[in-house]
Amino acid sequence: MAGDGTAFAKLALPHLDAAYNLARWLLRDPVAAEDVVQEAMLRALTYFASFRGTNPRAWLLQIVRNAAHDRLAAAARAREVPLVIQHEEDDIAVNEPADPADDPETALSRRQDRAALAAALAALPVELRECLVLREVEEMSYRDIAQVTGVPVGTVMSRLWRARQALFRRAEMPA
Amino acid sequence: MTASPCADQALLIQAELDGELDAAGSAALQSHLEGCAGCRAAQADLRALSAGLRREALRQPAPERLRAALAARLEPPPRPALRLARRPALAFGAGAALAAGVALAVLPGPATPLDEQAVAGHIRALQPGHLTDVESSDRHTVRPWFDGRIDYAPPVRDFAAAGFPLIGGRLDYLGGRPVAALVYRRDRHLIDLYVWPATGEAAPVPRIRNGYAMVGWRAGGMAFLAVSDVEAAQLLAFARLWEGGA
Repeated sequence: MAGDGTAFAKLALPHLDAAYNLARWLLRDPVAAEDVVQEAMLRALTYFASFRGTNPRAWLLQIVRNAAHDRLAAAARAREVPLVIQHEEDDIAVNEPADPADDPETALSRRQDRAALAAALAALPVELRECLVLREVEEMSYRDIAQVTGVPVGTVMSRLWRARQALFRRAEMPA
Repeated sequence: MTASPCADQALLIQAELDGELDAAGSAALQSHLEGCAGCRAAQADLRALSAGLRREALRQPAPERLRAALAARLEPPPRPALRLARRPALAFGAGAALAAGVALAVLPGPATPLDEQAVAGHIRALQPGHLTDVESSDRHTVRPWFDGRIDYAPPVRDFAAAGFPLIGGRLDYLGGRPVAALVYRRDRHLIDLYVWPATGEAAPVPRIRNGYAMVGWRAGGMAFLAVSDVEAAQLLAFARLWEGGA
């Protein structure tokens, strides 16, 4: 079992950033995201013996995605207070140091761009959000996104289209 | 301004942008775009959006503590000494002398059970909800919290000005006895500092245990043992701050 753990860690830990990023964008809460990633990784370890695929990243993200959806469904059932999203925008704004080449005005407008984009992305319905995050942030292929989200490639394409159109519509609204 | 492409071209324009269109499809799309301003505008919009999403670095990297916690759970070290599920006091079979009250020693050289316990305590503390029992950057809050929980008063200092802010404290176990653990932050890393009574003076000694940096020293009737995933040099700088007068 210890040997399994080591082999699994070698395969899985390189994709930890991708796993956390997906959970974070799906749950919109850093603490819940950490929790779900831990849970998903341990779940993945128990399936690891039967993993025969060639794409460990898609396999792992599929497990993380399902764990995140389970958590969202449980939260909806329990009618918990909706997960807060306000601090996330702040996080994103402060985590990224301004490009030293930017003058202060450019830096400010860049921070606003980032905050606006992050807010728009966070506001998308979850099935559109997950497709766009996997495509634009993780740069996955349609086929891999289809595997992770469990829908046909054609559905991935139409969801991506709808996600992008929604971001355009939001960008047009007055701030 | 959202441009409206021809309905039968929309997903093709998107697929081309996403690198999913084959050569024949790309060629067909190209010839359509040449004669269709609406589709060209839609393509430009999509490109700009995609570039914006990528440029703005929306990726949120995993916190170090999550990586450390998972690595610890997935890759248990071959030696049985570091067992996270057990209380260190129980795992410490060879510690009879220490349990009998002999002063704990911070020793250079090979890994001591104490070092391993300290690393295990640090990793355990990184699990969500286990880091601090008292969460405060105010040493006048943290220090009295230990009253009645341990039989000594650990010195508590805040080095926020030097980039090592105090974030709290908790009760931990080392060598079969409860000890004070002070928690500091360095950038995105956490430092656990164990403090317990000991005699003698000893300069800080840095070392690496299971990939964690450790520094132990003695001063003012106390032994100190710092554990963290920061670089050893930074942890040594943290230790030196303690030498710089109370």
